[in-house]
Amino acid sequence: MTLTSNAAAADTPHPASFVLKGGLFPLTLLEITRYDRTEFERDLENKVAEAPAFFQQAPVVLSFDTFHEEAGAVPLPELQALCREYGLIPVALRSADEALQAQARAEGLPLMAAGRGKTAPNPPSAQAPEEEPQVAAEEETHPHSPSRLVTTPVRSGQQVYAPGGDLIVLSSVSAGAEILADGNIHIYGAMRGRALAGVLGDTTARIFCQSLEAELISIAGSFKLDEDLRGEHWKQPVQVHLDGESLIISPLA
Amino acid sequence: MARIIVVTSGKGGVGKTTTSAAISTGLALRGHKTAVIDFDIGLRNLDIVMNCERRVVYDFVNVINGEANLRQALIKDKRTENLYILPASQTRDKDALTKEGVERILNELAEDGFEYIICDSPAGIEHGAFMALYFADTAIVVANPEVSSVRDSDRILGILQSKSRRAEQGERVEEYLLLTRYHPERVEKGEMLGVSDVEEILATKLLGVIPESQSVLKASNQGTPVIHDTESSAGQAYADAVDRLLGEDVPHRFVTVQQKGVFQRLFRRSA
Repeated sequence: MTLTSNAAAADTPHPASFVLKGGLFPLTLLEITRYDRTEFERDLENKVAEAPAFFQQAPVVLSFDTFHEEAGAVPLPELQALCREYGLIPVALRSADEALQAQARAEGLPLMAAGRGKTAPNPPSAQAPEEEPQVAAEEETHPHSPSRLVTTPVRSGQQVYAPGGDLIVLSSVSAGAEILADGNIHIYGAMRGRALAGVLGDTTARIFCQSLEAELISIAGSFKLDEDLRGEHWKQPVQVHLDGESLIISPLA
Repeated sequence: MARIIVVTSGKGGVGKTTTSAAISTGLALRGHKTAVIDFDIGLRNLDIVMNCERRVVYDFVNVINGEANLRQALIKDKRTENLYILPASQTRDKDALTKEGVERILNELAEDGFEYIICDSPAGIEHGAFMALYFADTAIVVANPEVSSVRDSDRILGILQSKSRRAEQGERVEEYLLLTRYHPERVEKGEMLGVSDVEEILATKLLGVIPESQSVLKASNQGTPVIHDTESSAGQAYADAVDRLLGEDVPHRFVTVQQKGVFQRLFRRSA
């Protein structure tokens, strides 16, 4: 979700070989409640069979926050190996257990601070979690259908984020509102706020809208502001894509 | 079941209190038992517009704190049957309002047979405004035909549909737009946003357009809600808005300059 200004790099005489940037990535937590090698392998195999594509090279955080037994006794290298065998790549560990943390350090596995996680979707409960547009990033997304659909106007001051997929807005996006997606953004109304597609760096992401009146549009960090947008396509139905470093705005036929 | 209606705007000075007074009076005139609550703790105005400032003994905060009961604090309007005012406290802080306290009072009013409860919101989007809108079934968002007011209204609509009790329960608050201080001649000259511009930006049902009129200022200084002034364009426009709020299909008036006769002369005088 970082914005880079292309002009800044050109001004410096000796550009650095790298840039430090903040990034926000959705990660899957593998929350382990008990560990028995045979049982774990069988469960993992079944899970992977349900959605093979989802488990291809999928980074996961091993979490022992809800572990029922002595977490320190779990053989971490064996667990990591099992995960890799089924396509999961453990990238970090989350546990308060010191013995387990020591194992992680020996394995070169980063430690993550224990935080507020979400419990896996339980059998459908009577009270479904409420939709709260203001904290959109918290929302559960389904691995098979990661796009997010918004049917009401997105008002000034609201932020809607579609992690891992496309965002579809059936109404208008007001000035002062911000919509973000890891994938494409489709707006079937007027686009008057800020739209950021491909926020994790997907340069193939596009933005489609019925009326371009935006304050800012951005794809994978390259952006254009209102003053650059007030050209021939202003208030027209357009699509926006990235060609190299520049945003191309073209009319929707 | 009482219908709880919040009159809100985000921006100050657009006519929330004038609207609260007019709409609540209009509902009461049509025979509905109505209460209007001033949520602007510390800056109470509603009692002045309703001409009952000298009859305030106990206020909203006294009732929340249990220092008085609702019957002691409710002021019966002298002109209009079925209309009661719950004034704000002038000496307290807005933090005196609690969600539990407000809910208890709204429930008591409903049990008392009130059909409509109008919550006159303070400006801004802070605690007082949030308390006024949290329990609303319906919101009347008051806006002037200018960009900053429309932007603030958009913001408040977003808060209504995400932070109110209805939103928390997965329902929507019924929303209406009321445009006030409208001046068709200035719209025609391009000095003001037109009704269609505002409707397009806010994508919300239009409850009414209240024309700029001197009768509004006169009414609030005299403590007579402008809806009583049936001669004035503003009074008639508010009466139409009340009819629409009750589900009637009334065509919008005072929107274009074509109006001739007495209303036109009123416009000129106030210009």
